[in-house]
Amino acid sequence: MKRIIRQVFPQTIPVMAGYISLGIAFGLLLQSIGYGPVWAFLMSLFIYAGSAQFLAVELLAAGATLVHVALLTFLLNFRHLFYGLSMIEKYRGTGVRKIYLIFGLTDETYAVLTGYKTPEGLSDQNYYFAVTLMNQLYWVFGSVIGSVAGGIIPFDTTGIDFAMTALFAVLVVEQWKTHKNHIPAISGFAITVASLYIFGADRFLIPALIVMSVMLLCMKGTLHWEETHE
Amino acid sequence: MNDQYIIMVTAVMAVVTMLLRFLPFILFDHGEQLPGWISYLGKVLPPAIMSMLLVYCLRNINLAEGNHGFPELICVGIAMLMHCWKRNTLLSISVSTLLYMIIIQSGI
Repeated sequence: MKRIIRQVFPQTIPVMAGYISLGIAFGLLLQSIGYGPVWAFLMSLFIYAGSAQFLAVELLAAGATLVHVALLTFLLNFRHLFYGLSMIEKYRGTGVRKIYLIFGLTDETYAVLTGYKTPEGLSDQNYYFAVTLMNQLYWVFGSVIGSVAGGIIPFDTTGIDFAMTALFAVLVVEQWKTHKNHIPAISGFAITVASLYIFGADRFLIPALIVMSVMLLCMKGTLHWEETHE
Repeated sequence: MNDQYIIMVTAVMAVVTMLLRFLPFILFDHGEQLPGWISYLGKVLPPAIMSMLLVYCLRNINLAEGNHGFPELICVGIAMLMHCWKRNTLLSISVSTLLYMIIIQSGI
């Protein structure tokens, strides 16, 4: 148990910095529209999707209909459909824990689990479970802290959530070094930027995901995908 | 404040999110060999999605006005260069994040 924490914790530190600071921001916002720590806790426990929870604050304040809530959540979290595709093979043989692993498959957990390899001496399933659980603990902890004490944090934390951006930047480099073929990374970047330009910051993810998947599938015969595993 | 309403909103969001996360497994995880195209997509998507998520984090910077997104772009560049050089995740992230906080908080 101790060894698992010691080996897995360092990999999750960037997620910790990002989740706790964003969690605090979420707790604060929720508090500002009149819902206290219990609600912050329950939402982070059961929804566990950062961007959707920020959206929830706006929807709650506006008194949106449940149909509207369902539709916007679907659009916002549509990308998660694609994460599962990469994890079907990895998550085989993880037993009952699989249900929690799938439930907790956020952007950041997906990024850590596809970006790094299982540390030596750990079983895959312990590793996957530890990363997923630690990440959710950070998120729940941050949101409750934000709700209870967000206003009285003694130092200026503005900008600390950049840790999450930096994590993805680092993982882009990791993917680049792990794979010989850079077409997926380059096309993912180019298609996303083009989609952002065409559709704007609020609705570019779904077109980008669909276009990149279709394009990569069309290249299936010619891509010669192999992993080098340095 | 309306307890019943927030419970309903939370439940709807949780169910929709879970549905999206579970659907690929419900559809394709049946114990036998995966269809070739899914297995292939599962392997080539991570690098593409990692690039996408990086762009997603930077989606709100404005290249035309204000600080032109310089703090974000410079600090992302530093994180990537440091990672190419030392390949130490914590070092790359902590240096670039600290620098970003200093730039943002000092209003340079």
